[in-house]
Amino acid sequence: MRVNGQERRPPSGGRRLLSDYLRHDLGLTGTHVGCEHGVCGCCTVLLDGRPVRSCLLLAVQAEGHELTTIEGLTAPGAPLHPVQAAFLQEHALQCGFCTPGFVLAVVGLLADNPQPGDREIEEAIAGNLCRCTGYASIRRAARRAAAAHREDR
Amino acid sequence: MSSPWFGRRVPPREDERLLRGQGRFTDDIPGPAYECCFVRSPHAHARILSIDTSAARALAGVVAVYTAADLPFGAQDLPLLIPHPSLGHGRTQRCLASEVVRYAGEAVAFVVAEDRYLAEDAAELVRVDYEELPVLIGLEAAERATHLVHPDVPGNRAAELLQEAGDVEPALAAAPHRRRLQLRFERGAAHPLEARAVHAVWDAAAARLTVHDSTQSPTSIRGGLAVLFGLPESSVDVIAPDVGGGFGPKIMLFHPDELLVPFAAMRLGHPVRWTEDRAEHFTAVNHERGQRHQVEVGFDDAGRLLGLDVDFTHDAGAYTPYGVILPIITAASIPGAYRLPAYRVRFRALYTNATPTSPYRGAGRPHACFVIERTLDAIAAQLGIDRVEVRRRNLISPGQFPYEVGVGWQDGNRVVYDSGDYPRLLERALEMIGPRPPGAHIGGGLSLYVEGTGVGPYEGAHVQVLVGGRVVAHTGVPSQGQAHATVFAQVVADQLGLTPADVDVVGGDTRRFQWGVGTFASRSAVTAGNAMHVAAGLVAEKARRIAARELEVDPADLELVGGEVRVKGAPGRSLPLAAVAVLANPVRYAFGGGTEAATQFVARERPGPPLVGDEHPGLEATGYHSPVGSTWAAGCHAAWVRVDPVSHRLDILRYVVVHDCGRVINPLVVEGQIQGGVAQGIAGAYYERLAYDAEGQLRNASFMDFLMPYATEIPEVLIDHLETPSPLNPLGVKGAGEAGVIPVGAVLAAAIEEATGLAVSEMPLWPQRLEELAAAGGHEPA
Amino acid sequence: MKPAPFQYHAPTSLPEALDLLGGLEDAKVLAGGQSLVPLLNFRLARFAHLVDINRLPGLDRIYERDGGIAVGCLVRQGQAEHSPLLRSACPLLPLALGHVAHPVIRNRGTVCGSLAHADPAAELPAVLLALGGHVVARSAGGSRLIEAGDLYRGVLETCLEAGELLEEAWFPRLTAGFGLLEESRRHGDYALAGVVRAGARLALFGVAATPILADPADPSRGFDPSPDLEASAEFRRRLVRSLTARVLAA
Repeated sequence: MRVNGQERRPPSGGRRLLSDYLRHDLGLTGTHVGCEHGVCGCCTVLLDGRPVRSCLLLAVQAEGHELTTIEGLTAPGAPLHPVQAAFLQEHALQCGFCTPGFVLAVVGLLADNPQPGDREIEEAIAGNLCRCTGYASIRRAARRAAAAHREDR
Repeated sequence: MSSPWFGRRVPPREDERLLRGQGRFTDDIPGPAYECCFVRSPHAHARILSIDTSAARALAGVVAVYTAADLPFGAQDLPLLIPHPSLGHGRTQRCLASEVVRYAGEAVAFVVAEDRYLAEDAAELVRVDYEELPVLIGLEAAERATHLVHPDVPGNRAAELLQEAGDVEPALAAAPHRRRLQLRFERGAAHPLEARAVHAVWDAAAARLTVHDSTQSPTSIRGGLAVLFGLPESSVDVIAPDVGGGFGPKIMLFHPDELLVPFAAMRLGHPVRWTEDRAEHFTAVNHERGQRHQVEVGFDDAGRLLGLDVDFTHDAGAYTPYGVILPIITAASIPGAYRLPAYRVRFRALYTNATPTSPYRGAGRPHACFVIERTLDAIAAQLGIDRVEVRRRNLISPGQFPYEVGVGWQDGNRVVYDSGDYPRLLERALEMIGPRPPGAHIGGGLSLYVEGTGVGPYEGAHVQVLVGGRVVAHTGVPSQGQAHATVFAQVVADQLGLTPADVDVVGGDTRRFQWGVGTFASRSAVTAGNAMHVAAGLVAEKARRIAARELEVDPADLELVGGEVRVKGAPGRSLPLAAVAVLANPVRYAFGGGTEAATQFVARERPGPPLVGDEHPGLEATGYHSPVGSTWAAGCHAAWVRVDPVSHRLDILRYVVVHDCGRVINPLVVEGQIQGGVAQGIAGAYYERLAYDAEGQLRNASFMDFLMPYATEIPEVLIDHLETPSPLNPLGVKGAGEAGVIPVGAVLAAAIEEATGLAVSEMPLWPQRLEELAAAGGHEPA
Repeated sequence: MKPAPFQYHAPTSLPEALDLLGGLEDAKVLAGGQSLVPLLNFRLARFAHLVDINRLPGLDRIYERDGGIAVGCLVRQGQAEHSPLLRSACPLLPLALGHVAHPVIRNRGTVCGSLAHADPAAELPAVLLALGGHVVARSAGGSRLIEAGDLYRGVLETCLEAGELLEEAWFPRLTAGFGLLEESRRHGDYALAGVVRAGARLALFGVAATPILADPADPSRGFDPSPDLEASAEFRRRLVRSLTARVLAA
C-alpha cells in the first residue's frame, strides 16, 4: 500500500486495525484513536482520496490502496494545506486530538464537492466529535476552507 | 507597565503543530514498549474467591500478569488525596482488588504483553471466581442502607457536614412565604477524546524513571511515584505531553495504571505503555454530578430571599479518593450571585456501587447553580413576578465587595467574593438575548452563576532569556487545550518587551519545572499566569540592573522595549536583550552566540567579582503566585429554546453568555473555553447521561449510546465579556475554564419548563424523560 | 478494544469466496465493516474466519434489471446516494441513505451490508420492505431470491444461511409518492422510530425486532414496540403516528 505517497510494507497480521498499523507500525501518530467503534472520527484518514474511519478497517484491507494521513497533507516545514490554514485562522481546535479527523473530513468533502453549501459543510463535520471547542470555530473554519477552495478554482 | 500583548486575540501558537499531526500525546511516544490490559470486575459488588492467571501467563506473547499478590504495594489502600474533618469514613480502593470489588470496572488484574491485542486475549483467559454481593445504586438505595458498600461504614455515610451562616430557623419561620423543592442532578462523565494513557521507561543503570502520563497533575504523580518506589524525586520525571482534553478526571490520582505501568517497566526492565480504550474509560474513570437536594426557602412579598435551607446527598460512588471537595464546592456555591441573609447547608456523601466521583468540569457548581436558580424561578412563579425581576431584587450589588458568604471553601478558607458587577451581567445578557422568538412551544431561561477560581496553594514559573535572545518559560501546570503556550507567552512578552513568538512555554514537565499542583478548577491563568508575570518581572529587573552597569545609568531609567533594554527617552542608548543575557553569565570560555562578550578580557573592567553582589548567573528568575484565596468569576447565560411537542426534540434557538473573568489575557482563548463549556453543558443537560441499572451495570457504555453531541446539536453561542479585575492578583485575572458549563442545566431547565409546561426539577432531561414527566401529570415538582 | 483472533481471507473471485463461505466453519462476510468491526472491536462478536469480499470484481455495479434497480454487494452507501440512476429511478434509496450515519461512514459502508446486518433501527431494510424489493443470496450451490418480507427474522437476524452471500439487492422503480421520516436523538443516529412510504405501502423501523409493514390509516396498530433507554413503547407509537401523518402529507 502507499501511505502519503510512499510504498509501505504490509502489516504483520490479519487482525491489526489500520489505525494501529499507521500509528504504531509506521509511526504516523497524527492519526488519533478516540473510540475504536467508529463514532468519534479522530482516526479519519483518506482511502483513495475519500475519508474513512481507520479504526473500522483492517490494515490488510488497505493493501493496494492509496492512503493519506494528516502528515501527508503537507510536507514538514511547507505551508499548511488550505484546510489546515483555515483551521489555524479560526482557532478551530483546543487540545488538538480530534483535529486531524476534522481536517481530513473537510479535505474529503472539498475533493468530492468543490462548492458545498452550508448544509453540506455541516453534514461533513457532523460525523466527528470534538469535546473542547463546541464546534463553532470548526464550523467557521470549514466554511472558510470551502470559500477559499471556491476562489482557488 | 505597558501591556501590548495582554488582552489581544493572539492566535494560539500550539495550533499549527497540532494541525500538522505533529502533536505528541502519550500514546505517540515512539519506540518499542510492552502493552497492557486490565482485567476488570464485571460485577458492581462481589467477593473475589480466587484468581487464576495460569492460562493467561501461558499465552504466547504475554510478558507478565499481575494481581494484588504480586505487588509490593498490593495491600496498601491508594492515597486519600484530600482529607477533611467531615470525612469520617473515607475509603480508597487498592491498586488491584483482591478481596471485594465495589463497582463494575474496578481493576482486578493487569496483563503485560507484546501488544495490546495479545494483552486483551490474555485478559480473557484470567479466571476470576466471584461471589456476587447485593448492589446499591442511586442515592435512595444508599440511604436505605439495606446493604452496605463498606461493611464498616454505617448507613453508607462517608461524610456529613453542616454549615450555617445567619440564623436559618427563625428566618424561615418569620418569612411571609416559604417553598420546598426537591432538585436532582444525575451522574455525568467528562469523556475527553483522548482517554487516559501512561508510558514508563526505567533506566536501571541511571536508576531513573521517566513517565509520560495524560494527566492534569504531573508534579503530584511524580511525588507519589517517588514515595511509592523509594526513589529520590530527582530520579523521577513525569511529563504530561500533549493531553487530549482533561475536563477533570485526569486530575484524579492515582489511577491504578499510574502505579502499575511504572512498576511493570521497573520490574521488566522494558518500556511499558498502557492506553485506555473507550469501553474501559466509561467505568474506570471517575464520574460526577449525582446529587439530590432538599430545599426550603423563605422569601418576602417582593421575592427577596430571607432564608435558605438546603440538605443534600452526594453520590460518592464506591470510594472517596478525592475526599469531599465536590459537595463542599456545591455547599459554597449555592448562594451564587444573591444576597442571602440566612443560609444553612448540610450534606451527606453516600457510598454506592458505582464508579467513584471526582471533579468534572464545573465540579459541584452546575448542581449548585441549578439549586439556587430553580429556587428563584419557583419564587417568581409563586409570586407571579417576572423571573428577571426576582433576580434583580436579590443580586449582590457592586458596592458590597468584598462579600463574605459565611461558609467554607475548598481551599480551607471562607468564601469571600473579591469583585464583580452582577447587575451589569444580567442587564447585558437581557440586551443580548432579545425578545421571545415567535411561535409555539418556545421557552426561555436565564441564570447567573459565580465561580470560585484560581484556587491555591500556588503555582510557579521559571523564565529565562537565552543566549541569542529567545525566552523559555516553564511552569508545572500542563495544558489540555487551554493554549498555555500562548497566554503565558503574552504575559511574559509584556514584561520583557518582546512578542509572544519570542517566548517558548513548556508546562507539565517536571524536568523543566518541578514545583506546582496542576491544571484544574479554572486556576492556571490565575496561579501560573501570575507566577509567569512575577518571574518575568524579576527577569526584567535583573536585565535593567545588568544593562544599567553597562550603560552607566540608573536602572530606573531603563525600559525593555522591542527586544532591547534602553534608556527612557534616549532610544539610541540601548543594549539588545540578547546581549544582556550574555553579560548575565560571566564565562571563561566563549561558546558562540556572542558569549565572547562575557569572557574575562573583554568584559568591562570591574572593581569586584564578575558576579556582582548577590547576583546569580543567567538572565533568569523563578517566581510564584500563592493566592490569599480564590478569585470569583461570574456570568449570566440566557437562552430561547423550542421543544417539539411530539418528539421532544430540543432546538436551542439562541444562547447568549456574558462572562466576567476579570481582565482577559486572550479573548480568543476565553471564548473558545466558553463555547466549549456551553457545549458540554448542553451535552450533559439533554444528550448524555449514565444509565446504570439496579445491578450496577452501565447500560449505555459506548459512544453509540452515550450521546455526545455532534456539531448538528450545538448552536453558536453569542459571547460578551465584562471585566471587573480581581484585586487579589497582579494581573487582575480570574479563571475561565469551567464557566461555560456551570449554568447550562439551570438555563435549559427553565427554558424547557416554559416551553413544555412541565415542572422541571431534575437534570439531565431527554425526550423519554419528558414523556414520563408528562404522563405523571408533571406540573408540580415531586 | 481489539478484535479477538480470526483468520482473514481475501478471495479475489466470487467462486473462491463462495467456496470459503461454504467450507469454513464459523465464517463471516466482511464488506464495508462499518457495523461489523465495532462489534469485533468490543469483542461482542467473534468469528473464526472473516471472508473479506472487497476484492471481488464486478459486484460494485448499480444497474437496471426487471423493471427495477439492482445494487451489487460492494456498492458503497455514498456511491448509491449519489448514483444518477438511483436518483432518477428509485430516489427513495438515496433519500434514505442521507439518514444513514455520516458521510464518512457511507464512504465505506455498503447498501447490502446494511440490509444483511438487519439492525431493526436501520433505514435501508425498511426501504427494501416498503418498496417490496428483494435480495439475491448466492452460495456455492446456486442462488435464490429472497423477498424483503421474508428476509428479516429478528434483531440482527436474517434468513441468510451459512455459506450464503447477499450478492445484490433489487429495488423496484418508484419515482413519486415516496418519503422517509425518522426521529433520532442526534443527527445520523439510529432512529427511535422511522417511517418509509412507498406508494400505498408504509414500513416502520426502530419500533420492532425487524422492519415491519403497517397500515397507513392506523400505523401504530398491530405491533408492540420494544422499549429501551431512549423511548418507551407508547412514545414510539406516538412518534410513528406523527411521522406517518407527516410523511403522508408531504
